[in-house]
Amino acid sequence: MKHVSTKTVIAAGLLVALVLAGFVSFYASGDPDGLNRVAADKGFSGTEAAHRAEDSPLAGYETQGVGNGRLSGGLAGVVGSVVVLTVAGGIVYAVRRRTPAQKS
Amino acid sequence: MHVPDGFLDAPTSLATGAVAVTGVALALRGARRELDDRTAPMAGLVATFIFATQMLNFPVGGGTSGHLLGGALAAVLVGPATAVLCMSVVLLVQCLLFADGGITALGTNVVLMGMVGVGVGWLVFRLAQSVLPKKLSMVAPAAALGALVSVPVAALVFVLLYAEGGAVDIPLDTLLGAMVGVHTLIGIGEAVITFLAVGSIVAVRPDLVYGARRVLEQRPLEVKEALA
Repeated sequence: MKHVSTKTVIAAGLLVALVLAGFVSFYASGDPDGLNRVAADKGFSGTEAAHRAEDSPLAGYETQGVGNGRLSGGLAGVVGSVVVLTVAGGIVYAVRRRTPAQKS
Repeated sequence: MHVPDGFLDAPTSLATGAVAVTGVALALRGARRELDDRTAPMAGLVATFIFATQMLNFPVGGGTSGHLLGGALAAVLVGPATAVLCMSVVLLVQCLLFADGGITALGTNVVLMGMVGVGVGWLVFRLAQSVLPKKLSMVAPAAALGALVSVPVAALVFVLLYAEGGAVDIPLDTLLGAMVGVHTLIGIGEAVITFLAVGSIVAVRPDLVYGARRVLEQRPLEVKEALA
């Protein structure tokens, strides 16, 4: 089998993630998730407090000021993906060993 | 499964916060052993993929939905300590930027989805690996099994926390039945996504999959050379 480079694997994976967050997310189910559903059924959803970050421009996976739902959610997904990649990437690069443990 | 503010009382949230801080500190130390120049990019990819996939709520019937938690997926792809870091970053960004998961509940969410999800997913994966044939084709099914079990166990731990510090007095058995029931269904979705994601990477570059290393090390030398 042809050898696939690490760069190709990472680039393809990131592309898939961006398409999922930026485009496919529009088609996600809007129903309450398992925990919220159980909370409503068992009568404790009312204790949920307002979120301190509810004024965030991306609160609720919607971009403030963007009217189009597809664009608003897609943009929020793409921005979130880039932020997660930057923060997680920064941490793992700081933590990693500088030389590979094993030659492969 | 993102717990909002107000479901659990302050002492419980403080306790889970302390457990989460300890867990992340241990993960930072442990991740050093798992990460090198070759595997670090995978960790960035895994965190990003989990964030993206968590936006994709799938229906599980009865007007209820669920999404991937990603603990088992991350543990198998990049190792359990690095997985806890990936999950924690995702949960932190979701909490601060997207108002998803309460701020006082961040510790609770790191414990449930980060530590319990990753820990149970990894343990079940390793257990399945020790029973199943030592083949690359068994890595994805073992990961799927870990994923399947990890979700209802995380739900179970939420119920234990709620029993300790829940805002409303609810009969424990009915809460347990409801939480574990719906999260077993969500666990099936978790297993499918984990199987597909792990299976795809194993198919092209098994050496990039942390959970496949043991299998690769047992294979004849020529295979290793072909991968180098």
